[in-house]
Amino acid sequence: MYTIVSADFLAENIKKFEIDAPRIAKKRQAGQFVMLRVSEHGERIPLTIADSDVQKGTITIIAQGAGKTTRELNRLNKGDTISDIVGPLGTPSHIENFGTAVSIGGGVGAAIAYPTAVALKKAGNYVITINGARSKEMVILEEEMKSVSDEAYITTDDGSYGFHGFVTQKLQELIDSGKKIDYVLAIGPIPMMKAVADVTRPYNIKTVVSLNPIMVDGTGMCGGCRVTVGNELKFACVDGPEFDAHLVDFSNLSDRNKIYISEEKASAEQDEHRCQLDRNS
Amino acid sequence: MDNTTLTNKERMAIPRQEMPAQDPGERIQNFREVNLGYTPELAIKEAMRCIQCKDPVCIKGCPVNIKIDEFIDLIAHGNFLDAAKKIKEDNVLPAICGRVCPQEDQCEKECILGRKHKPVAIGHLERFVADYERETGNITVPEVKRSTGKKIAVIGSGPAGLSCANDLAQFGHKVVVFEALHELGGVLMYGVPEFRLPKDIVRTEIEGLRKMGVEFQTDVVVSRSVTIDELLDEEQFDAAFIGVGAGLPWFMGIPGENLVGVLSANEFLTRVNLMKAYDFPASDTPVFDCKGKNIAVFGGGNTAMDAVRTAKRLGAEHAYIVYRRSEAEMPARVEEIHHAREEGIEFLLLNNPVEFVGNDQQWLTGVKLVKMELGEPDDSGRRRPVPVEGSEYILPIDMAVISIGNGSNPLIGQTTPDIDFSKRETIVVDVNTMATSKENVYAGGDIVTGGATVILAMGAGRTAAKAIHEKLMGESHGFDEW
Ligand SMILES: Cc1cc2nc3c(=O)[nH]c(=O)nc-3n(C[C@H](O)[C@H](O)[C@H](O)COP(=O)(O)OP(=O)(O)OC[C@H]3O[C@@H](n4cnc5c(N)ncnc54)[C@H](O)[C@@H]3O)c2cc1C
Ligand SMILES: Cc1cc2nc3c(=O)[nH]c(=O)nc-3n(C[C@H](O)[C@H](O)[C@H](O)COP(=O)(O)OP(=O)(O)OC[C@H]3O[C@@H](n4cnc5c(N)ncnc54)[C@H](O)[C@@H]3O)c2cc1C
Ligand code: SF4
Ligand code: SF4
Ligand code: FES
Repeated sequence: MYTIVSADFLAENIKKFEIDAPRIAKKRQAGQFVMLRVSEHGERIPLTIADSDVQKGTITIIAQGAGKTTRELNRLNKGDTISDIVGPLGTPSHIENFGTAVSIGGGVGAAIAYPTAVALKKAGNYVITINGARSKEMVILEEEMKSVSDEAYITTDDGSYGFHGFVTQKLQELIDSGKKIDYVLAIGPIPMMKAVADVTRPYNIKTVVSLNPIMVDGTGMCGGCRVTVGNELKFACVDGPEFDAHLVDFSNLSDRNKIYISEEKASAEQDEHRCQLDRNS
Repeated sequence: MDNTTLTNKERMAIPRQEMPAQDPGERIQNFREVNLGYTPELAIKEAMRCIQCKDPVCIKGCPVNIKIDEFIDLIAHGNFLDAAKKIKEDNVLPAICGRVCPQEDQCEKECILGRKHKPVAIGHLERFVADYERETGNITVPEVKRSTGKKIAVIGSGPAGLSCANDLAQFGHKVVVFEALHELGGVLMYGVPEFRLPKDIVRTEIEGLRKMGVEFQTDVVVSRSVTIDELLDEEQFDAAFIGVGAGLPWFMGIPGENLVGVLSANEFLTRVNLMKAYDFPASDTPVFDCKGKNIAVFGGGNTAMDAVRTAKRLGAEHAYIVYRRSEAEMPARVEEIHHAREEGIEFLLLNNPVEFVGNDQQWLTGVKLVKMELGEPDDSGRRRPVPVEGSEYILPIDMAVISIGNGSNPLIGQTTPDIDFSKRETIVVDVNTMATSKENVYAGGDIVTGGATVILAMGAGRTAAKAIHEKLMGESHGFDEW
């Protein structure tokens, strides 16, 4: 059992948790994640370790309510417990002083990009962050991102805050302004990551994405998380989750992530129903 | 009948006692165990078939040399609890081995009766006494020696790790088992389905270890959460045993293998067994909806049989085994093949997949198969299958399960460079002690042999325990006490 030390909403539907997990806190590096199972009947889902505090023995995770499990998680509060958390999993981000590094986070992707942005800064990079959201209310980690950035930009789809448009437009603007960019990290929805890869490809800018295939064990045992990178088969949970964006077969990833779409819907509806019953009683 | 006065001729005249089983039509609707177990009467009758050979060759067939003649004699005399104790001198997991050992290739293959009649049902008898002991609540917790003050890390909780932990605890060592998953038991929990090995049996075995003082830590991936060096140096373990199994599923590398609906047997079985997806949505983890669908499993081993019979139970209309050789070459236990046939599994033997095909949404719709024929024997003496030209055809399927074996998980090797691995990615050990190239680190089970059997993994765990004990305590506390 893992105890939640603090729990706060960062935006509608996006919640940040600090959880007591000393072993993981001690070992984790940027780019790594945990597999977590909320309760006995729960599914194992992957969530990035956004931060950790070795002294306190805690890790921080930030979850967006996407379906049954993440919503169930987001209903938990300080003092509640989580059945299982295993980690840190995955290969840590490859960090070096690239020169100018752009870290792009779309939606909850900002939470995943944040620890790597911290590490890039520490390694001496000139760090530019682009944080994209649907609208002003959905912007997360603005202050945190600013504190590790030499330049920090926010973009919103509806223009309610910051740059009006997509993260890719902002990135293109930076490139067009003549800035020499040496490294791009992009984390967010699959179409966004693909779009970023398309923007940087003609300029030959090294671009890394963190992939989000469906995982079961997270230890390399099931092959459910396999992705195609440069025509090679890779297991995202052990070989990744970060890969060279210019080599990833995004369309295969996006197709494969749809396998349980009707089950996910049924599960979410059942959860909705259960909540309603709770509220009524 | 008086057990002691029967002549050999009379004994051999008794037919082999059939294992009572759930009716096939009924059992494909549930996940309960297929075999129901002998009654005491059946067990005694079967035990009376054993002619108590002067040279019991059956023992040579058992990888851990259970005193088969002796335990069967005890059953024949109705001493079931003593029979259980006798088995446990050599095998700490009899309820499991009695169910899953490939007896026809081991003990029962050697049984002298098999030459003219059917061999004694050694596995069924072993299972019977183990179940009898458990169900009557007469399990004796083995005596644990006075604490030695030594602390040993066991990595992985499959049969290799559990049996190693068992013996080390008995020697008086403090044992901590580290398991990557949230459940203990290894393949016995996430691979082998409930209908072949009820999970309560595995849990009871683990409870027994807890009672002996063994500590279990789940959710720890050794090499990621903590490295072997950290265990030995910072956490002050005196030795470590690696029993992490063969965990990395192989794919076939043919076109279309990444279509939606193609998965490994490990994934399919883990979803159903470990994550209880058969109970979706009460359990949160989904599994491919097999109801009314056509499912093909590629392979011919126990894993393939488990996957295909699971698909049938999840409601598959057609559940196929696609295997490129003939039935004689199938590595699965004969009983599983027999049960699968009874359950309506369709066997496409001498068929090899060349390509998966899908629709424009990239969902699997079928597999292109080529028929094979057996050619000249190869170096191993097995007749090699060769494709029949022009025999390709498309079998319409909705889900494909790949079950062609497992390689080793690379994690331990990556973080412990001073452990030698073979070209086949297995850990190299001294077979007499299971010692690796790294001081005080031992290994056994599938990580050493590649995918093998429960009994071999268990035997390796025990060999390592003995060697670790000897190493830590010096010669004076060596083998004689064991
Ligand atoms: C390495 C990695 C790191 C991640 N980090 C974060 C993070 O920090 N914060 C965050 O909010 N989300 C993160 N995700 C995504 C998160 O795991 C999914 O949102 C979550 O699993 C959805 O589960 P659900 O039951 O709530 O929703 P569901 O309704 O089950 O699914 C919603 C969508 O999530 C994806 N998904 C479903 N089950 C799984 C699964 N077992 N494994 C992976 N994806 C799945 C599918 O694409 C699905 O369409 C990460 C994913 C990966 C692979
Ligand atoms: C579906 C299936 C059916 C089978 N049927 C039979 C049968 O009928 N008869 C038979 O004799 N054999 C059968 N086998 C083979 C048999 O199960 C294996 O040979 C045996 O389980 C090997 O035991 P092990 O202890 O070496 O490893 P495993 O049982 O694989 O256990 C290894 C354990 O280590 C854990 N682990 C892995 N890496 C780490 C790490 N880094 N840190 C911590 N823990 C880790 C794993 O999660 C797992 O729990 C079957 C196998 C499968 C997959
Ligand atoms: S352990 Fe396996 S091989 Fe040995 S006697 Fe029992 S069933 Fe036979
Ligand atoms: S070989 Fe067969 S008959 Fe002889 S002792 Fe063994 S089990 Fe009994
Ligand atoms: S999640 Fe199972 S191998 Fe990666």
